[in-house]
Amino acid sequence: MKIAVCIKRVPVMEVKFVIAADGTRVDETGLKYDVNDFDLWAVEAALQLKEKAGAGEITVISLGLDAAQEQIRKTLAMGADKGVLLKSDAPTHDGLAVARALAAEIKDGGYDLVLFGRISIDTMNQMTGPMVAEILDLPCVTNVFKLDIAGGRGTAERALDGAIEVVEFPLPALLTIDDGLNKERLPSLKGIMAAKKKPLDVKPAQLGPVNVSVRKMELPAERAAGRILGDSAAAVPELVRLLQTEAKVL
Amino acid sequence: MANVLVFAETRGGELRKVALEAVTAARKLAALSGGGSVHAVVAGDAGIGSKSGALAEHGADSVLVLEHAGFAQYNPEALAATLAQRLGSGTYAYGLFSATAQGRDLSPRIAAKLGTGLISDATGFVLDGSTIVAQHPINNGKVIVTLALGTAPAIVSVRPSAFQPAADARPVVTEAITSATDPGASRVKVTALRTGGTGKIDLGDAPVIVAGGRGLKTPENFKLCDDLAEAFGNAAVGATRAVTDEGWRPHSDQIGQTGRNVSPNLYIAVGISGAIQHLAGMRTSKTIVAINKDKDAPIFKIADYGIVGDVFEIMPALTEAVKAAKAQG
Repeated sequence: MKIAVCIKRVPVMEVKFVIAADGTRVDETGLKYDVNDFDLWAVEAALQLKEKAGAGEITVISLGLDAAQEQIRKTLAMGADKGVLLKSDAPTHDGLAVARALAAEIKDGGYDLVLFGRISIDTMNQMTGPMVAEILDLPCVTNVFKLDIAGGRGTAERALDGAIEVVEFPLPALLTIDDGLNKERLPSLKGIMAAKKKPLDVKPAQLGPVNVSVRKMELPAERAAGRILGDSAAAVPELVRLLQTEAKVL
Repeated sequence: MANVLVFAETRGGELRKVALEAVTAARKLAALSGGGSVHAVVAGDAGIGSKSGALAEHGADSVLVLEHAGFAQYNPEALAATLAQRLGSGTYAYGLFSATAQGRDLSPRIAAKLGTGLISDATGFVLDGSTIVAQHPINNGKVIVTLALGTAPAIVSVRPSAFQPAADARPVVTEAITSATDPGASRVKVTALRTGGTGKIDLGDAPVIVAGGRGLKTPENFKLCDDLAEAFGNAAVGATRAVTDEGWRPHSDQIGQTGRNVSPNLYIAVGISGAIQHLAGMRTSKTIVAINKDKDAPIFKIADYGIVGDVFEIMPALTEAVKAAKAQG
């Protein structure tokens, strides 16, 4: 089983972001980076499928800055076999441009499965996976939180705003992985050592035309500080009164 | 003057609230362009066309009805082909979708087919000439980006609850359309659809959400949330990731960055500390109430009203008070 997993280097979000002076970027000073959570679950899914099949090869592909080699190495340390960095010095919010570049790399790879995380928590576009599927004419199942592959076919359960769809699909296929499928493994020391010797191919990303541009970035309006109404059920009548008269939601 | 094609989402043969929100947003987009037409597409099993009235009431000049047994369930391959064909016909400058699980699955496929741009999960937009300029939350919702997209047709999906359905009635005009591909030939087959979650109202459609966290201590204690939701009558019950990871509630009830993003009129957080990942999924709620015993819990920083105390004492009292308020009408 040959599996490609697309991952993204994203900022660690437990910080207060600062907008850069030009107003169109986040100030990167002091930011730390990691692999997008959902993409780690996609890597874990690939590792488990390979282990179950007893054979296979997992290629991790990322599009981004040269620094993303570090995130690819992390997935190699988890157990992926090789990495490809499509190097781009100009981060873009145009999902289709990214999808075209990724699709060009994946096209002739002979993959049985192509996995993405459901969403990247930085650009929050949630579009690249299905776009790649469309460009490569692959069957596509998004938001997968349960997965079984056997005999060249797959069954999956996908989250659909409170409903659950059970689907069947033929391979090759492209899936986007949601929270709930698994928890990613931590790289072992042995894995980290082995990762250093695994192949990581770096080449320029073929982004093509970029049609979505950034006009502005800003921090969302802070919610006004709320009121503490009390420390017991004695505060309930006041809460209900405020919900009726002030918030007008009851 | 630019025409807008809008996809009206259905589930189980009924329009979802987001469908009316999307038509309202499409009407706004057409008005910004100087007054074009809004055409809504509704797809489903035989009889779905009977839902056209609500779309016309909210501003659809015409409803394109795609009726076929193959659309009884979500059929992205045939829908994407049909909508791309329509949207690429030259009639439309904009395609508008709901940024729901379905809309965020469907709209990228269409954008890729047409080789055009997509802005997803927009919370607002204006036009600059014919270029659409839209706001979209990024970095876990901690930053707002304003994006510009000038390709035609430009495709936008709008965040649920960002646009409130507004009446703007037109005569009901419907046109039957057919699928661009055989709906039965789609490679991905839906073999079952289960309504997930525990509530009768979906989290995305509920005006009131009662959400429970680890402060409830045991799965059985979620009854306190269920009872309060029942007292409201129009409420759904959600949960934090800690709770769904523990298996206390189904995964589909999870609110947060890795679960559902919700913006109800009223959000009541019960025994929830307010981890970043949870706040990312609910901070845009209109009114937030927090009940938690820890006065330093981050949830109180974003709550409009807070009670610092014992949820097991406060929740039954609140449920009774809401029942009494509802009984008074």
